[in-house]
Formats: sequence, C-alpha cells, structure tokens
Amino acid sequence: MAQRTTREMYLGEGSGTGSRHLQVNFGPQHPAMHGIIRILAELDGETVVRGDVEIGYLHRAFEKECEVGPYATAIPFTDRLNYVSPLINNFGYASAVEKLLGIDLTERCEYIRVIMSEISRICDHLTCIGASAMELGAVTVFLYMIKAREFLWELVEDVTGARLTISYGRVGGVKADLPEGFAAKVQKAFKETREVLDEVHRLLTGNRIFIDRMVGVGVLSAEETVAYSITGPLLRAAGVGYDVRRAQPYWAYDRVEFEVPTQKGADNYARYLVRMAEMEQSMRIVERAFADIPGGPINVDFEGRPIDPGAYVDRGKQGKTDGLLLIPITLSPNLQGQNRAALERVNAADKRVVLPPKETTYGSIEGLMNHFMLLMDGYGIRPPVGEAYFPVEGANGELGFYVVSDGSDRPYRVRCRPPCLPPLAALHRMLEGGMVADVVPTFGSVNMIGGELDR
Amino acid sequence: MDGSRIIERLRERFATAIVETGSQWRDHTAVVDRAAVREALEFCKTNPELSFDMLTDLTAVDYLKFPGREDRPRFEVVYHLYSLPHNHRVRLKVGVEEDDAVVPTAVGLWPIANWFEREVWDMFGIRFDGHPNLRRLLMYEEFEGHPLRKDYPINRRQPLIGPRN
Repeated sequence: MAQRTTREMYLGEGSGTGSRHLQVNFGPQHPAMHGIIRILAELDGETVVRGDVEIGYLHRAFEKECEVGPYATAIPFTDRLNYVSPLINNFGYASAVEKLLGIDLTERCEYIRVIMSEISRICDHLTCIGASAMELGAVTVFLYMIKAREFLWELVEDVTGARLTISYGRVGGVKADLPEGFAAKVQKAFKETREVLDEVHRLLTGNRIFIDRMVGVGVLSAEETVAYSITGPLLRAAGVGYDVRRAQPYWAYDRVEFEVPTQKGADNYARYLVRMAEMEQSMRIVERAFADIPGGPINVDFEGRPIDPGAYVDRGKQGKTDGLLLIPITLSPNLQGQNRAALERVNAADKRVVLPPKETTYGSIEGLMNHFMLLMDGYGIRPPVGEAYFPVEGANGELGFYVVSDGSDRPYRVRCRPPCLPPLAALHRMLEGGMVADVVPTFGSVNMIGGELDR
Repeated sequence: MDGSRIIERLRERFATAIVETGSQWRDHTAVVDRAAVREALEFCKTNPELSFDMLTDLTAVDYLKFPGREDRPRFEVVYHLYSLPHNHRVRLKVGVEEDDAVVPTAVGLWPIANWFEREVWDMFGIRFDGHPNLRRLLMYEEFEGHPLRKDYPINRRQPLIGPRN
C-alpha cells in the first residue's frame, strides 16, 4: 500500500497533498472568550489570513427601550451597558440629560461622580488585565486582581447598595451622599489594591513568557487606530494622548491632577502597561478628590431629634406644620444619605428634575406636589426640544450619549456611542497576519464588554 | 476652533448646500444637503483648519412622530466628528426621505463608518450607497423590519430562527 499523506488520511484517497485554507469558528460561545462574539477565522496553517467578526448576540434593544419610558427609567438600563463599570454609564447618561436641561451640578456631586467613576475604571482595568492574563495561563494574576476588585466593589456596594446593578446616578445629581467614613475605607481598599498591582507587576511586567506572548502581538498602527475612531487605552497605547477627561474636562476633572499615560508599542503589551499606569492615576485622582471635596462630613447641620416618618405625616395631617420642615426624620438604612442636608448637597437645586427630600415630601404640600409632578406618568423630567451629545471617558474609551428631546417626558431618541464597538470593528486588522493562538489574548486586550457593544 | 467658526467655514465652502445651522448647549450643528454630504465630510476631514480625523459617532433619528416636523424628511443621519489636533467637535446631519432612504457612504474616509453604517441600516433601514458590505450588524439576517424605526412596535416579537445549515 502506498504511503498516504496526512491529508489523505483525513480526507480520503485522492485528496492529494495540496494545502488549503481552513475556516475556524470561534464562538459565539467559546470557553476562552469572555464575551459572546463570533470570529470566523480563515487559517493558513496557524496563521490567521482573514477574520470576520460578528456581534449582536447580546442585543437587548437598549436604545428602543429608552424611548418607551420616562427619562429616569433609562438609568437602570445604563447599568447593564458596561456591567463592569456601570457607574460611568449612569453618570454619562445623566449628564447628557442635564446638558439638555441646562442644569449645573453641585460641586460636591461633581466630585462624587469623579470619585465613583475612577473606582469603576480601576475595577474595569483589573478585570481586563486579570482575564487576559488568565487566558495566557496566569491564573494567579486573575485571582489576585479579582481579589482587588472585590475590595473596590465593596466600596461601590457601600455607596450604592448594590455591586453591579447600582442605578446610583440621577439626573441632576446622585441618589445619595457618600456614607460616613467612606474616605477611610477607600484608603484601605487602595492600599490593598496597590499591593496587588505591585505583585502583578512583579509577576507579569518582566515575565519572559508574558512578554513573548504580548510584545508585537495585535498591533494596530496609530493612524489606523485613529481612522477607526478607537479611543481609550487602545489609542493611548498607540502613542496618542487623547483622553476626554483631559481634552474636554467635565465634572471636576479640570480640578484634579492626573497624567495621561501613553505608550508607543500599539501592541497588547503596550495596552497592558497603559492600563496598569491608568489604575495608579485613577487612585491618584480619587485621593486628590477626597482632599478637595466640599461639604465635609454628613449629618453635621442637623437640629433637633429625628422622628419617625409616620409620626411626621400624622403631624402634618393634623395641621401642626409649624417648624415641621426643620425636623429631620429617621430614614431607613436603604435611604442612607438621602436626608435633606445630604440630598441638597449632592443634587442640583432644580425642582424640574430632582426629587425633593423625604422631609419635604412628607411635611409639606409643595413637596408632595413636587414629588408627584416628577413621578406621575406624562409629567416627570421634561427637557426642552433639542438634542445634546455628552462624551465621558469610559473605561474603554469615549462613551457618548446623544439624546434627542421632543419636549415630552420621554426621550425621543437615546443613542449610546459604545467605546468597545470601534475596537471590535478593527479587530480583524489586529488578528490578520498573527497566529491563531494570539486570537484570544488580542481579543482580551480589547476588553470587549458585550452589554455595551451590543446594547 | 470655536464651533461657530467651523460652521462659518462650512458655509463659506458649501453655501446653499448647508440647509440649516444651529447651536444648542455648546454643540454646533450643520444640516447638509444629501447631494453634498460626501464632499462636506471629505472637506471636514482634509481641510487643515478643521482636520476632523475621527468619526466619533454615526447614527440616525427617525422623526416620524416628532411634533412639528411633519413636512421635513423622515430620517436624519447624524455624524459626530472630532478633531484630535484641534480638539473641537461638530455635528453634521443629513435629511433622508423615507421613499429614498439612501446616503453616500463614508467608508472611504473613515473605516469605522463600515460598522456604524451597518448598524444604521440594521436599525433604521437607511442604505449607504457604495458600502462594501451592507449586512445587518446587531440583528440576524432573517430579522424582518428595522427595530429603531418609530413605526416598529416595541412589543412586536419575531420567532427565533433555528441554526443555519
């Protein structure tokens, strides 16, 4: 019997010795892909010749759903865009509506938004680096980073009451003031995070295997990165120092000092270095913001003894309203940070948008009317006719909300400009010419978040 | 460059092809005639004073149910441009009629327009003339209709398709 080629063994007699390209389907559900996406790769041996990226598996009609309900109902939906750093989405959407309304935030609220956004950014970068390191076999790094993220998520939980679906942003402000002793807790969490980052630096940055797998892999030149409108860490890793926080500062970003780290490599390793440096800068921003945040501790300007909300309402019904508005009420722990003093500090003084504090709602007819005018169907927040685009620096780049108002209480159109869509559109350029084993690490360095990409 | 001067520059260059301009909340907008949009985008990208090297966003709005716009084109395609060297932004819009929903593509200028335009086709059913591969981006091929159109009801369900071949 004649010697058979391997090809003939698999494909039958007479299939010859010629080579042909092989189509390999990655995903939509692939164990090594942390996101539902399909890459149809054409391989020549182990080299990727062509890659076709297909998305949309997590499409939940975010933009359509926003058009159906009042402005405030879109806020929980924004939690589910980038679910690793939901606070930034919350604030980004709220800011776009605020721009439509022409509202100015209180200074304390601006700082709170900065602090919470930066904590979220660190969470996002930790997840990205941890997951991409795990895909290269460094499970230790993943565990360390998830440990650090846990400390930060505890902070988020402390402020918002939830870890993931936080819904903390409000049009005109935030849900509640920061809890007591928060700055100290942040300090503690940052100390732990810094230790983890140190360890990861020692584990990865000079690691021969890691460098071999990352340097020169997934390269996208600066020109192409710009042409594909890629922003965020990927753009900065290509040497372009564009950061919305620096270029067009919003909230309190013009008052905190930070650097915009850049790298020249434009490869996966440069992206890793940029993210590592950005986490340090984010911590610096938060520390600076805590030094400057106005308003001091909460609950200092209380007078009198708090009373029960039920008793408060009863007194109001009996007509004993004299001085009632000055008496604070005991709020349930779920409403922590929402007493009048705290709420006024973190929300704009604009009755068109911001719910009155509970004392006012329970204790005065004006407050009650105000409350219902904001919550009744057909009333609510009603921006003037117009449109506004508000970009913020999300963890993956420029996150923009474009809101069109027809003057009613429902947004006419909400468009989210997802920061991960441009990198995914350019993903095939990063993969082509590379090895098949580099598909997953490159995909990891892009940090695709399905919720945000597919909306 | 200040937003109003960007608009002025566009007016100088395109005169009557700029149908309407406006500024609201520090955002400057120019509505461009569809015949001139390709040129206007190219001008925005290549003019050294403007040099909008990033197409930040491309989307569309369906004005079917917008009060007071009954006599205007149904759709508007919206381009958000950003310039890295000059750090300025501008918004260009193009009115598109329902029965002739075609806009020239911007893929030749910014490759990212490829996916953005696919999404607009997917969601609004606006075609982009000259687009190399105008497939749906988020929905599946067999999906009927364009979900972000205002006459697509929110509660309409379509049966999920089975696996192909």
